[in-house]
Amino acid sequence: MSLTREEVLKVAKLARLEFKDEEIEKFQIQLNDILGYIDILDEVDTDGVEPLIHVNEGLGKLREDEIRKSFTVEEALKNAPQSEEDTIIVPKVVGE
Amino acid sequence: MDRFYKLTAFEIKEKISKGEIKAVDVIADIFDRIEKTESKIDSFVSLRKEGALEDAKKIDEKVANGESLGALAGVPVALKDNMVSYNEPSSSCSKILDGYMGVYDATVVKKIKESDAIIIGKTNMDQFAMGSSTVTSCYKKTKNPWDLERVPGGSSGGSASAVAAQQAIITLGSDTGGSIRQPASFCGTVGLKPTYGRVSRYGLMAFASSLDQIGPFTKTVKDAALCMNVISGSDDYDSTVQDVEVPDYTKFLTGDVKGMKIGVPKEYFVEGMKPEVEKAVRDAMAKFQEMGAEIMDISLPHTKYGVSAYYIIAPAEASSNLARFDGVRYGHRSENYQGVEDLYVKSRSEGFGDEVKRRIMMGTYVLSAGFYDAYYKKAQKVRRLMKEDFDKAFEKVDIILTPTAPSAAYRLDDEKTPLEMYLEDVFTIPVNMAGLPGISVPAEIVNDLPVGIQLVGKAFGEGDILKAADAFEKARGEWNFPEFE
Repeated sequence: MSLTREEVLKVAKLARLEFKDEEIEKFQIQLNDILGYIDILDEVDTDGVEPLIHVNEGLGKLREDEIRKSFTVEEALKNAPQSEEDTIIVPKVVGE
Repeated sequence: MDRFYKLTAFEIKEKISKGEIKAVDVIADIFDRIEKTESKIDSFVSLRKEGALEDAKKIDEKVANGESLGALAGVPVALKDNMVSYNEPSSSCSKILDGYMGVYDATVVKKIKESDAIIIGKTNMDQFAMGSSTVTSCYKKTKNPWDLERVPGGSSGGSASAVAAQQAIITLGSDTGGSIRQPASFCGTVGLKPTYGRVSRYGLMAFASSLDQIGPFTKTVKDAALCMNVISGSDDYDSTVQDVEVPDYTKFLTGDVKGMKIGVPKEYFVEGMKPEVEKAVRDAMAKFQEMGAEIMDISLPHTKYGVSAYYIIAPAEASSNLARFDGVRYGHRSENYQGVEDLYVKSRSEGFGDEVKRRIMMGTYVLSAGFYDAYYKKAQKVRRLMKEDFDKAFEKVDIILTPTAPSAAYRLDDEKTPLEMYLEDVFTIPVNMAGLPGISVPAEIVNDLPVGIQLVGKAFGEGDILKAADAFEKARGEWNFPEFE
């Protein structure tokens, strides 16, 4: 399978990324290079094989679901790029 | 002045607890070493000299008061930059997190602090651990201490070079497809990737959550065992950590591998393999035989599909994990945007480096409508077949011996395409896919460059590979790190 320029743009939109024209071409070539290699998986007969989601069979040790001390507002906002009065500032989203 | 930077973690802890040396002197000497070597190597992205000296004073007070000491008392430890620590910077060496300050300690950081080790700084890495040479860092390129024109490997390149240049005694790295073992091989250090579920990932910035594990870089196998005693074990904050008892790993280091069955998979001797690598593995096989171990031929038939399946699963998980970087709650926010949607797009496009974008694109594509079954589900099925290959092999053998990487460290100016770079991980990826422990041990020096061998164990069989690695290290003999001063 190989990606067209339009498909690259569609994936970029889904991933919330944007590229300059020359970058799109570069990414298209590189992604197709990788996808071309990945196609060798078609050789593998996986009929009746269950997908492996967790390598370890059981869950780890679970703890009680109880209320614990968490971050303070000050800590939670420490790395926010824009904040004011205990809130994070974002562009207006209502009415768009 | 006595030079303490040449000691091992075990020696430092012993000497400090006996009152023979002081932790402040060890830390002062390590920073002296860093100051004299760092401009050539570029291992670190942040250092905490004042904090480390204060921590060292507290250790010395403990000794003076006769208090009991932790297992790594006074040992200088550096962390890969993707591990969060309270009030210290962590950025995964990406512009999108430049200036980020930790608001909590990762579980491994908490455990390292409780062991009385002293954190000296954070090390350089490929951005978000995506890469095999540490050149995708947004800050700088780390150099290989054995040859300053060569890469240290990656993605934990700074952690590997810091131990090899003796700027730290133990460093922690993370390994998703080889990011501890490959740089350990390139830099001539020991590097251990634990079983998936052995060490907590809480506070490790997630790359591919079903594959990531934290592990140590050390000068000796014994130090790796000591560090594993400290960082292993269950954790309230990571449910994937398995409730399996943590043994004293140093107890496995008997030097006796008589009767041990060591499998060598035929699929790992591929055409085009560099002669220095093949020589290192063949010599290691002979050494193990001399020590009374039994070398057995085994087959891991799905090995050749590992890189393909990995480059579906890892980017898919990464594209989900990295969706959190949107310029809102933390990290880089673009200054020129129109509306909230554009804020996400601009912040992400300005903040992420090319390799990260490439993997987000790959991951988004393979998870997108219409392609999920053909790619992601298919890769997970192949992953099961790979794990079953190992399960079958371990019915016959105790551990598996392979090369760590297809070559020794390559030149910094050796520009590889993304696909060529991905193929570098061909021998390490299967171990992550099966969730098994793997260790790279320095084996020999060929053409002035170190070459490592990889030992792979059963799930939670860290003790077995540490035992074999320790015996091999003793048979190999003394290992001298390069000098600079």
